[in-house]
Amino acid sequence: MTAWFTDNGLLLGLALLDGLAYAALVFMVAVGLNLVFGVLRIVNVAHGSLFAIGAYTAASIGLFLAAHGLPPVASYGALLLAAVLVGAVLGPPIERLVLRRVYGHEDALQLLVTFALFMILEDVQKLVWGVQPVANDAPMKYLGTVDVPFGEDVIPFTAYQLFVLPGLAVLTLAGLAWFLRRTLTGRVIVAVTTDKEAAMAMGIDATRVTLLTFTFGAALAAFGGALASPTTSLVPGVGAQTIVLSFAVVATAGLGQIEGAAVSALLIGLGRSVAVYFAPEFEVVVPYIIMVAVLLVRPQGLFGVPETRRV
Amino acid sequence: MTHALTRRQAILGAATSGSLLFAGGNAGAQQKPAELKVGICTFLSGSASVFGVPAKQAAEMLFEEINKAGGIGGVPVRPYFVDEAPGTDHLVGEYRRLVQNEGVHIIFAAISSGSCLACTPLSDEMKKTTLLWDCGTQRIFEEGNHPYAFRTQGYGAPEVLAPLLYLLKHKPDFRSLAVINQDYAWGRDSWEMWKAGMDALKPGVRVVAELFPRLGATDYSTEVTRLLASRPDVILSTSWGGDLVTFVRQASERRLFERSTFVLPVAEASLQMLGRTMAAGHVIGARGDHWNNHPRPKDPARLAKFVADYRARFNEYPIYPCHHMAQAISAMQAGFAKAIAAKGGGWPNDEELANAFRGLTFDTPTSSITLREDGQGLEDQIVGLSTFTDRFPFAVPKDMVIFPAAMVSTPVGQKSVEWMKTLKPDILAQMPAAIAG
Amino acid sequence: MNRPLEAGLAVLGAAALVLVAWAAPWLKFVLTLALAKGIAVLGILLLLRAGQVSFGHAMFLATGAYTVAFLAPEMPEALLLLPLGALFGTALGLVVGLFVARYRDIFFGMLNLALSMVLYSLLEKLYALTKGTDGIRVAGLTFAGAQPAREIQEWIMFALALGLALGFGLLVRAYLGSPMGQALAGIKTRETRLEFMGVPARRVLLFAYVLSACMGGTAGALVAMTSRHVTPQLAYWTSSGELVFIAILGGAGSALGPFLGAVAFELVRVYAAAQVADAWQMILGGVLLAVILFAPGGVWGILAARFKARA
Repeated sequence: MTAWFTDNGLLLGLALLDGLAYAALVFMVAVGLNLVFGVLRIVNVAHGSLFAIGAYTAASIGLFLAAHGLPPVASYGALLLAAVLVGAVLGPPIERLVLRRVYGHEDALQLLVTFALFMILEDVQKLVWGVQPVANDAPMKYLGTVDVPFGEDVIPFTAYQLFVLPGLAVLTLAGLAWFLRRTLTGRVIVAVTTDKEAAMAMGIDATRVTLLTFTFGAALAAFGGALASPTTSLVPGVGAQTIVLSFAVVATAGLGQIEGAAVSALLIGLGRSVAVYFAPEFEVVVPYIIMVAVLLVRPQGLFGVPETRRV
Repeated sequence: MTHALTRRQAILGAATSGSLLFAGGNAGAQQKPAELKVGICTFLSGSASVFGVPAKQAAEMLFEEINKAGGIGGVPVRPYFVDEAPGTDHLVGEYRRLVQNEGVHIIFAAISSGSCLACTPLSDEMKKTTLLWDCGTQRIFEEGNHPYAFRTQGYGAPEVLAPLLYLLKHKPDFRSLAVINQDYAWGRDSWEMWKAGMDALKPGVRVVAELFPRLGATDYSTEVTRLLASRPDVILSTSWGGDLVTFVRQASERRLFERSTFVLPVAEASLQMLGRTMAAGHVIGARGDHWNNHPRPKDPARLAKFVADYRARFNEYPIYPCHHMAQAISAMQAGFAKAIAAKGGGWPNDEELANAFRGLTFDTPTSSITLREDGQGLEDQIVGLSTFTDRFPFAVPKDMVIFPAAMVSTPVGQKSVEWMKTLKPDILAQMPAAIAG
Repeated sequence: MNRPLEAGLAVLGAAALVLVAWAAPWLKFVLTLALAKGIAVLGILLLLRAGQVSFGHAMFLATGAYTVAFLAPEMPEALLLLPLGALFGTALGLVVGLFVARYRDIFFGMLNLALSMVLYSLLEKLYALTKGTDGIRVAGLTFAGAQPAREIQEWIMFALALGLALGFGLLVRAYLGSPMGQALAGIKTRETRLEFMGVPARRVLLFAYVLSACMGGTAGALVAMTSRHVTPQLAYWTSSGELVFIAILGGAGSALGPFLGAVAFELVRVYAAAQVADAWQMILGGVLLAVILFAPGGVWGILAARFKARA
């Protein structure tokens, strides 16, 4: 074991750096999914589509700005703008016109409603952005690279991957924690998450809270997509991969748990990149193995609270 | 109600398609059809569509040209495009639909090696002439006999061996190598052949990493870190399409091109999209000889016209899938002409059509290709070093070597991997001299 | 419950399918696949009766399909491969079922999803065994020792699928009518009451789960023998989503529902894909949304309501 670490310890360090950026992206998506589940009690399959649309929108706005001669730093504004746009344009209609009609229905129907939305939004992407890859790596290039020492060698990492992604994820987590604990709206959301009936009996307008939460969750998904867009080429199918990974993060964390999502995103992100280094064959399967292992030991997830059984 | 309606529609649809089938069938005496229907499998969506869509455009352009000139044997041609992207199981269903429902006369299949491996046995079963117009896996004709399938371009063995020989000549002292290929038939098969050839010609090269990211992966940052850390002298990647573009972008941003010599046998189709992001001085191939700056094309006027027409219409240079599509179409024209002539002007049935393709020679803008007795086409290979010139806004090769197809192709009846193991270093002496370009 | 309608529709539907298959050889292929999928959906229906929705049931279908693909070169006898596919599906169902039968609702769905993604990732990554994403071509089959011509073989597969669909349909009817089947509905409404009455809920659900896995395996074997090519896509989470989709589309009220749903689904897909290649998924999603919001009983519900109104 010790011998292994002297041989591979440095490599492990690199794997952790790679995993951190990946975990940050996964966290951004999973935290929105979890927030929405906490309040609406619906696992939103279309969350992945919102991620993809956010990514496409950010890339398009970025390319548009660059074409009109704005400096690359402006494309950072594009990332945020995309999140706000997608959240505001798609969030309210989905919640008002579709989800609201199935609150309290069977799980199967709720899941399938969002599955139907997922199918529709997947094709909307194709119709709007076509099937060719879309890429705008200006935000990543703008910050350049940072040399990370590796024994006697150095490894260039992009500053975007090393600082911006993890930094924004930590900021989002802190901001969300502050919002939920310190502001009135946040406390109302927590109240509805914990006990909807009691919250409504206290006079809380649940209709408003669900609308707000869903819109906010949609914006978070889109923001995750926007942040991912500079490092990848966007192609159809991006949403399907993302959502199934965030399911794993959310289920591992425990449904409705915000900080838990951060921990399990780290676990899964690091697990995956360590696998790329030491067992590349198992890269794809690692997140699900982690999830199954956690649920075997703690059926309600790492941070979940067991539900009382109904009589 | 919904259900009753769909079923009624289905029966109506069935009735019409059934009658279509009888009309288009091959029973009895062959009548000249009203149109020659060509099923074309290509990527219309997904990251591989950067290959598939330009090829489709080339097909549409050339089909129009053919129809303007009176069609094939006086019959107008009509393409039926099918998307490969939804997966192999979907594609085999589509293949059946093309044959049984649309009544196509000939099928072009496909870009992905996985698609071709699935479609060729269907061509045997349904006795439908199938031109493998782009896929590269050597397994098709080496693992079975397919009387109705023909590949109208080169394939894995020459496309791997030519860059390997070039590398051995250009950088004979490399000691370590890493491979990063797409995780599917072509990525795996091409690596197996490269490894066999490299171990035979230059034993003792250390393979420091074997990475097979998913086909269509969009993030290679972890893989790039690993390649940076292991510092191989050479990095081989037979990846293509959007995958290669993304990988090269991420690798070049993190200066991987400064540390290792890249060998990219399928680079040509991605160079336009990469522009100046591609680094100079790396080994690049085109899966054939169809570079825009081909030093001595067989028919310079035809090559210039094809490139000019394509550029005028689609505002970009044709990439090698466009050339492969043009080759398949040339082969189809030559094959039908031969079959019709053999029947004294009559229209060939499926079997007569397939027979016409065996041993067929047809011209391409850059050279001519002969289909061997096993169905495999012999296409020359040009490999060179990436460089930038005033003529093109993207990388093109310099110091080009034209490898004659016969020199780098596995002889009929042998398996490529086994054949590569028997290679002797004196094959390097047979290599033609490089042309500055 | 609507006995004469069910019997009449079953006979009429079977006759119509034969007629269509005879008129259009290619639709015979599509309908065989639809019938096979219908059998898998019948398994989903059992779990829906217990209020549980499995978003990973495609894993059993893939198991049956890969069983056929792996064994066919050594043992090409279709009449042995079919029960073997069912057997392997059942065996996996028992192993997975012992684990997931402890979970309910969203956790049940998520765990099934994670386990199916484990299978998917392994099928995709273990290239040496499974040929990865290219999948495996199913070698030539024999039927009772004979190797019939392609046309006849297609008819045999169609007849097998139709026969098995009718057989499993009758079996599920009988099962749902039995006390074991009745207890499933108890899990959906008030599980604790069930246990007060001395009925072990976990065992009731496990039995239904294993039976559904058996049908999944059978369906997979049929799919593999019909399409003659298997790929990991069979186990992807969207394939599982499709199965649940078909269950809701057809209607959970009758054993006929899955087959009504599967035929409708495949025909809509085939014709939508031929007409609007870029938007067939959107059309399917729209249909699903409309069914859930306006006709939650599915196709079967619509037919049953019309029949009642007339009677």
